Amino acid sequence: MTQRVSIVENILNANDRLAEENRTRIQSAGVFSINIMASPGAGKTSLIEQTLSRLNGKLRVATIDGDIATSIDADRAAAAGAQAAIQINTGGDCHLDAVMLHGALEQLDLTLFDLLIVENVGNLVCPASFKLGTHKSVLVASVPEGDDKPYKYPGMYRGVDALVINKIDLLPYVTFRMDYFERGVQVLNPGVSTFPLSCRTGEGLDAWVDWLTDNAK
Amino acid sequence: MHELPITESLLKIALQHAEKANARRITDLHIVMGELATMVDDSIQFYWEIIAKDTIAEKAILHFRRVPAELQCMTCFEKYHPTDKELVCPNCHSVGAKIIKGEEFSLDAIDVE
Ligand SMILES: Nc1nc2c(ncn2[C@@H]2O[C@H](COP(=O)(O)OP(=O)(O)OP(=O)(O)O)[C@@H](O)[C@H]2O)c(=O)[nH]1
Ligand SMILES: [Mg+2]
Ligand SMILES: [Zn+2]
Repeated sequence: MTQRVSIVENILNANDRLAEENRTRIQSAGVFSINIMASPGAGKTSLIEQTLSRLNGKLRVATIDGDIATSIDADRAAAAGAQAAIQINTGGDCHLDAVMLHGALEQLDLTLFDLLIVENVGNLVCPASFKLGTHKSVLVASVPEGDDKPYKYPGMYRGVDALVINKIDLLPYVTFRMDYFERGVQVLNPGVSTFPLSCRTGEGLDAWVDWLTDNAK
Repeated sequence: MHELPITESLLKIALQHAEKANARRITDLHIVMGELATMVDDSIQFYWEIIAKDTIAEKAILHFRRVPAELQCMTCFEKYHPTDKELVCPNCHSVGAKIIKGEEFSLDAIDVE
């Protein structure tokens, strides 16, 4: 005889619970943490490099870089001045999840840092569904990707606390209607802090670094 | 590509509840998936057939109930369905809306014997 068992359980519960644990751990060490998400090549690592160079030792920074393979990004962060740079190779997974961050945190003495920067795997879809436990999520959009991305990837755009629009030095060369882009952002994420900048020329980076340092205090 | 860990979660939750109900077999899973959830049901089905093998859920059928997205305008409070090209309120054209429906992703129930 068949019987119905009612459940109504969020399938991502296990991840969310572990994300909470990560949060408590980071929080109790007095560290401010961000999760940087973007499509491949938008400039996540470039932003981390520029941020480190502008902070110039003012904050003690640890980075955790998620990639399918290689340690290129962690090496770049270390070279740019991160006091610790850990690479997570996801072995094929297209996003970081709370379990992977949990493992990486085991390798860090968090009390030695003020700021933890997590670079997620380059992907505009999947990372949105997996909370890590960081304080803020940041999306790096970039001008050459096109101005329709908020419309096509609403899941990513609506869930973030800050939005960086990178590569504004390329605005003269690419069709990118800033008003159309921003309208799409504002519909689902009204009032989100937005930072148009260029990691190439340095324009706009100060406002971003100020936001970060204000939050890390 | 993240459907593998998700399918593993799904199986784990189903098995836990089946055990509590002293079930011998799970015949059906009823999954609710919002239009804005980023999961692909075909991929979940694909992984399911691999990982549910040799468990009491091996022959279970996955049923997906799709929930359409619904936004509510925060200016005129009109409820509307977003389209690919326009997310703004079709009534007053203002931006700033709340998602009411469409993000759910849960296991609603299982049928067991
Ligand atoms: N013109 C221009 N190029 C930039 C800017 N920021 C980054 N780039 C270039 O964009 C490319 C990708 O930058 P990365 O920082 O590696 O991007 P990423 O998001 O970390 O890439 P993945 O980790 O591989 O997903 C590099 O060639 C950078 O030099 C910018 O502001 N302007
Ligand atoms: Mg990178
Ligand atoms: Zn309206």
